[in-house]
Amino acid sequence: MKFESTVTQIPVDNIDTDQIIPARFLKTISKDGLGDQLFFDWRYNADGSPKPEFILNTEKAKASNVLLAGDNFGCGSSREHAPWALSQYGFQAVISTSFADIFKQNSLKNRLVPLVVSREVHQQLRDALAANPDLKVSVDVEAQTLTWSGGPVEQFPIDPFAKHCLLAGVDEIGYVTQHEAQIAAYEAERFATLNTLTN
Amino acid sequence: MPSKPRTIIEKVWDNHIVAEREGAPSLLFIDLHLVHEVTSPQAFSGLRQRGLKVRRPDLTFATVDHSTPTTPRSLPIVDPIAKAQVAQLEANAQEFGIPYFGFQNKDQGIVHVIGPENGLTQPGMTVVCGDSHTATHGAFGALAFGIGTSEVEMVLATQCLLQRRSKSYEVRVDGSLKKGVAAKDIILALCAKIGIGGGTGCVFEYTGSAIRALTMEERMTVCNMSIEAGARAGLVAPDDATYEYLAGRRFAPKGAKWDEAVAKWRQLPTDDGAAYDHNLSIDADSLEPMITFGTNPGMGMAISGAVPDPSTIADPLERDSLRKALAYMALEPGKPLAGQKIDVVFIGSCTNSRLSDLRAAASILKGRKVSEKVRTMVVPGSQEIKRQAEAEGLDEVFRAAGAEWREAGCSMCIAMNGDQLTPGQYSVSTSNRNFEGRQGKGGRTFLASPLTAAASAVTGVVTDVRTLL
Repeated sequence: MKFESTVTQIPVDNIDTDQIIPARFLKTISKDGLGDQLFFDWRYNADGSPKPEFILNTEKAKASNVLLAGDNFGCGSSREHAPWALSQYGFQAVISTSFADIFKQNSLKNRLVPLVVSREVHQQLRDALAANPDLKVSVDVEAQTLTWSGGPVEQFPIDPFAKHCLLAGVDEIGYVTQHEAQIAAYEAERFATLNTLTN
Repeated sequence: MPSKPRTIIEKVWDNHIVAEREGAPSLLFIDLHLVHEVTSPQAFSGLRQRGLKVRRPDLTFATVDHSTPTTPRSLPIVDPIAKAQVAQLEANAQEFGIPYFGFQNKDQGIVHVIGPENGLTQPGMTVVCGDSHTATHGAFGALAFGIGTSEVEMVLATQCLLQRRSKSYEVRVDGSLKKGVAAKDIILALCAKIGIGGGTGCVFEYTGSAIRALTMEERMTVCNMSIEAGARAGLVAPDDATYEYLAGRRFAPKGAKWDEAVAKWRQLPTDDGAAYDHNLSIDADSLEPMITFGTNPGMGMAISGAVPDPSTIADPLERDSLRKALAYMALEPGKPLAGQKIDVVFIGSCTNSRLSDLRAAASILKGRKVSEKVRTMVVPGSQEIKRQAEAEGLDEVFRAAGAEWREAGCSMCIAMNGDQLTPGQYSVSTSNRNFEGRQGKGGRTFLASPLTAAASAVTGVVTDVRTLL
C-alpha cells in the first residue's frame, strides 16, 4: 500500500466525529453517499450551496488523498460513518499528532491510514506546505514511511497486525472464525457461570 | 504461590482471553452486546452477505433510542428515514433471534439506561455497543467500551473482538462533595483537567472515598463521560452498593446463582500494590459546580470562573482552537459565564436521565417557575424511569414549573429525532457533548449537572445553583 498525493489541510485540534459527519446523517441504513456529507456543516451554507472557500470544495482537495489535521483527530462518537465518509471523499490517509482510539480502529478497518507524526514533523510538513502548496507527500505503509521532497524520512507507527491486514487484505471476521475451536472451548468452560438473557 | 497484584482492569481482561498469539491482538470474549438502530444496520447487512448467523443471540440485546421521537407514543414516527431505520432494527432482531425492546415496548429507553436497569450489566463482564458512551456500564465494574460498525459485525458473528490491552489510569477522587456539587461535576472537572484527549489509549479506574460514596446512578454519570476525556472505558470496582442495586433485577442471577456470582464479584477489586500506568488525584472538597464554555467537553471550568483568553495560550494550534470555539459560542474572553442568557434547558441523556437526576432537577423546580424565555425539556432515560417519576409526582413538579415532560430517548443530546436547537440558540444541557452543532446545527451548548440546568431554567441565565439552595 503506497501512494503519492498533494495534502489537504484542516489544521484544527480535536476535530470530533460530529464535525466529520453530523449525527442527522446517521439515520441511513447503508454505507453509501456519505462522501458528500463529509464535514457538512463546515462545507455548505444554510441553503445547501457549497462554501467556495472551504478547502474540501476545491478541485485540488477533491484530487487529493491525504488529509492533514490537528491533534486528537476523530474524538467523540464511535460512528464508523466518519471513516466511511473520509474514504468515500477520496482520502487514503489522515496525518495527525494523535487519533482518538475508536476512530483509529474504525479507520484501519476501512483501509484509511491514521498516520501519527510528532509535533515537530507535523510543523515541518505545515511549513513545507506553506512554502509550496502543491507539495506531494509519499506514504508507504509497508516501509511505514512518510516522505516529501526536501523533508525527513519519517517513520510512522502502525500496529503490526493492522499493517498485516492492510497489506495482505485480511478479512478479520474470517480470521477470527478460524478460532472456532478455541471460542467453543472458552464458552464451554464459561457457560456454566455466565448468566444469559434466556436463562 | 503469590501472584502479581492486578488491577480490576487486568482481571476482567485476563478472564476474557480466548486466544493469544505473538504479534496479534488478543481475542477477547464479549459477555454482553448491546445494539441500537443507528450503528447496526450495516453490520446486519454484512452478516447477511456472508451468510452468517448471530453466534450468541442470548448475549445480545437490542433497543431503539437515538432516532426515536420523544412525543407521545400514540403518535407515529414522522421522519420517514428514522422510521425506516427503526423498522430495520426490528426486522433484524426478528430475523436473527435477538431479544428486542422496541419503540412501543413498555420498557424501551436509552440503551445505557435500560442495560443496568434490567440487570443486564453485571460486574466483571465485557460489555460492548456501537456507541461511545458504553463506558457507562463500567459503573458496575464491567469493562465496557464503544465499538464501530465493523466491530459490531465481528461481535455478532463471533461473540469476540480482536483487542490490544489498554493502559490503566487511576483517577482517585477523595473527600466529599459540597452542597450543590454533583457527580457530573466530578467528570466535567476531570475533562477540564486532562483535556478531551487526556485519556487516549487508557481505561480509567475511578477510586477514592468520594467515588465510594456515590450511588450507582452517580457512578454511571461519571463512567459515562470517560470517553469525553479520551478513555475508551472507565470503571468503578463493585462493592455492596453495586450488589444492592443489582439484586432482584430482571436479568440478574437469582437464588444460589446470585450467591455464587457475588462471591466471584468480590474477587474483582484491584489488589493492594497493583500498579497503574497513570495516576491522577482530584480533591472532591475543592470542587465547585462545573460548566463548559467551549466546543468540546474538555473546555470546562468552575461556574464562578471566567471564559479563558486565547491570547494567553502559547501553542498556535491550541490558541486557534480556543479562538474558533469562542467565536462559535459567541463568548467574550475574560467574562464570567454566570449571567449568560440561555434559550433552552435539556435535562436528559445517558449521562443524566435517571431517577436521581430527575429528583435533583425537581428539587430546584419545585414551587418555582422556569423563565418564560426558556424552553425546558425533561426527557427520562427509560419508560420505567418515567413511570417511577410519575409515581412520585415529579412529572407534576416539572409541568407546574412550565417544563415539558416527554417520552424516553436520547433526544436533544444528539438531535437526531427532531428535538434540537435552532441556529444561534444557547442551551444548558445535562448531556455529554458540546461539539459544534451537536444539539442542532448552529446550536451552542453549555454542559452542566441537573442541578445547574434546573437553576438556569428558573433564572433564564447560566446560574450557580448554590444561590438557589
